[in-house]
Amino acid sequence: MNKKRRMFIRTIVASLVRRRSRMIIALLAIVVGATILSGLGLIYFDVPRQMSTQFRSYGANIIFTPTEEDGIAEEVLKQGLSYFPASETEGYTPYRYENSQIHNMPVTFAGTDFRLVLKTSPYWHINGELPAHDGEALIGAKVAESLGIKTGDTVSAVNSFEVTKDMDVSALPSYEIYTDPETGETYCDHMLDLTVTGILETGGSEEEYAYVSLKDLSYLLLSERGYDIVEVSVASSQAKLTQYVERIEGSVEGLSAKLVKRVTASESTVLTKLQSLVFIVTAVVLVLTMICVATTMAAVITERRKEIGLRKALGAFNSSIVLQFMSEGLLLGGVGGIIGSILGYVFAQYVSMQVFSSAIMFRPLLIPITILASVLVTGVACLIPIRNAVEVDPAIVLKGE
Amino acid sequence: MSSLLELKDISKVYGSLHALDHVSLTVEKGEWIAIMGPSGSGKSTMMNIIGCLDKPTSGEVIFDGRNISKESNQKMTELHRDKIGLVFQQFHLINYLNAVENVMVAQYYHSMPDEKEAMEALERVGLKDRAKHLPSQLSGGEQQRVCIARALINSPELILADEPTGNLDEANENIVLDIFRQLHREGTSLVVVTHDPEVGEVAQRIVRLDHGKIVSDRLNEHFLNS
Repeated sequence: MNKKRRMFIRTIVASLVRRRSRMIIALLAIVVGATILSGLGLIYFDVPRQMSTQFRSYGANIIFTPTEEDGIAEEVLKQGLSYFPASETEGYTPYRYENSQIHNMPVTFAGTDFRLVLKTSPYWHINGELPAHDGEALIGAKVAESLGIKTGDTVSAVNSFEVTKDMDVSALPSYEIYTDPETGETYCDHMLDLTVTGILETGGSEEEYAYVSLKDLSYLLLSERGYDIVEVSVASSQAKLTQYVERIEGSVEGLSAKLVKRVTASESTVLTKLQSLVFIVTAVVLVLTMICVATTMAAVITERRKEIGLRKALGAFNSSIVLQFMSEGLLLGGVGGIIGSILGYVFAQYVSMQVFSSAIMFRPLLIPITILASVLVTGVACLIPIRNAVEVDPAIVLKGE
Repeated sequence: MSSLLELKDISKVYGSLHALDHVSLTVEKGEWIAIMGPSGSGKSTMMNIIGCLDKPTSGEVIFDGRNISKESNQKMTELHRDKIGLVFQQFHLINYLNAVENVMVAQYYHSMPDEKEAMEALERVGLKDRAKHLPSQLSGGEQQRVCIARALINSPELILADEPTGNLDEANENIVLDIFRQLHREGTSLVVVTHDPEVGEVAQRIVRLDHGKIVSDRLNEHFLNS
C-alpha cells in the first residue's frame, strides 16, 4: 500500500474514531434503520412458514376420499401421499367409519391410528389421554354425555349381525347368540370390551364418534376394508396445494383428493395481508431512516465546513473532498449495516417468539442485503450534503476574526 | 532580486463595495512584506488574491512570471498548493488529527505523505515532542507552530500569513516571529497580513492599506539596521 493510500485510511479511521460522539449519533441512525430493515426482512420471509405452522394447528388442509366402494387401500394411500414433498408433509391420519352399538345404543365408530391423529388434528382437546394400546377407546363428548361414559370406564361395544346357516360363530371369544321370537331369525352379538382413556372435546362433529384403533374396529366388525377418509396436513402455499391435488386427481386411481378450502383460502388471505403490512412498514422505515441519516450526515458535514475549506486551501480538489466524505459515510453505512443485521436477527427473534411462539429461521442472505442497503441508503443520504460541502469557499470559511 | 508576485491594477468589487481599488504591488523573491491597515481596509481580500484563493474583478496577477488572473479554479488550486504556504490566525488544524498528521495532510494533497519529513518540520518549529498530540491538547502558540510547520512542509516559494500572532501571547508571538526571521534568512518570501504594529515592524517592507487603496509602501529602516 502506498503512503498516500495509507494516509487516506489513517484520516478516515481517525475521523470516525476520534470524533466518536458525533459519529455515534450518525451510526445510531444507520443501525436503527438497518436493524428494522433486517428484522422486518427476516419476518417478511419467515411469515409464510410461521403462518403455515399456525394454520396447520387448525387441522388438515387436504382430504382423500375413496372412489371405490371398499375404501382407500393402504397402497393407494401411499401412492397419493407420494405426491407431496416429504419436507412439506406434516402428517396424515386415516379413518374408517362404521356403525355399531354401545350399551344398546347406536354409535358411529371411527377406526384410526392414534399415533398419527394429532399431526392432522392438533386442536383436539382430550380429557384424559389418547389410547395407546388396542382395547382402548376415545369417546366423543356428545356420545359420552348421552351414554353416561367417563374416562376410566370400561364399555362394551357390540356388533349385532344375523347368523346365517353357513356361519360359524363359535370361534369368537366373546359373543351371545339369541333368536328373535317374532321372526325366528338368529342373531349374534359380537362384543369387544374397551377401556375409555379419554373424552374428546372439539366443539365439532368429532364429538359424535367413538374412536378405536383400526385393528379393534376390524375385529369388532369381523371385516377388513379400506379407509373412508384420510386427512392430510401439508405445509405449502395455496397454489402448490392446488397443483398437488390436481396431479393426484389425474393420476391416482382409487382416491379423490380435495383441498379443505376454508383453511387454505383463509391462510392465503391472511398471509397476503400480513406480508403486505410488513412490506409497507419496511418501506416506510427505510424512507424515514434515509431522512434521518441524511439529516444527521448534513449536520456532521456542515460542522466541518472549516475543515473542507482548509483542505481546499491546502490543494484538495473537489473529487478528493467527495472521496473522503463519501468513504466516511459508506464505511459508517457498512458498520451500521453489520451491527443492524445482527440486532435485526435479535429483534426478529423477539417478535417471532412473542407473536408466533416459535424461533425465526436465520437467513444468511439477508446479512449482505442489509449491509448493501445500509451502504446505499447512507451513500444516497450523503450525496446532497457532500455536494453542498464541495461548494465551500475557503476564502470565506477560513477568514480571520 | 526578481519579482515573485505582481499585482497589476487590481480591483475587487462586492456589489457597490470596492474592497480593493486599483492596487498594484510587487513582491520580490525572498522579500518579507507586512501588509497593515485597519479593519475593512482590504487586507483579507488582498491576502486571498495573493494566496490564489480568490480572483480579482479586474487587473492582473502575475505569479512567478505567469499570469494567473484568468486561470481555471483547478490551475489556481494547483498553484497555491505547490507554491504557497498558508498560516492562519485561527490555526485551522483538523481537530481529529494529531500534530504530525496535520502536517502530513499538506503533503497528502501536494505529493506524498512522509511522516519522517513531517516530524522534521515539527522539530524545526520546536514541537517534535508534541507530534502525537491532538490540537485540543496543544496551547495556542503550539497550534500556530503546527500551522507554520504545515505551511513549510512543501517548501513553498511564498509563506502567506494572516494575523499569525493575533491569538498568541507575547512569548509565543516572539517564537513565531523568530521562525519567520529564520525562514527569511533561508530565502523564503513572506507576506504577513497584520494590524499589530509590533509584527509589522519586524518586516523588511511595510505596505499600508486603507479603504482598498495602498496609502503607503516603505522599506523598514529598523529591519535594515537590524
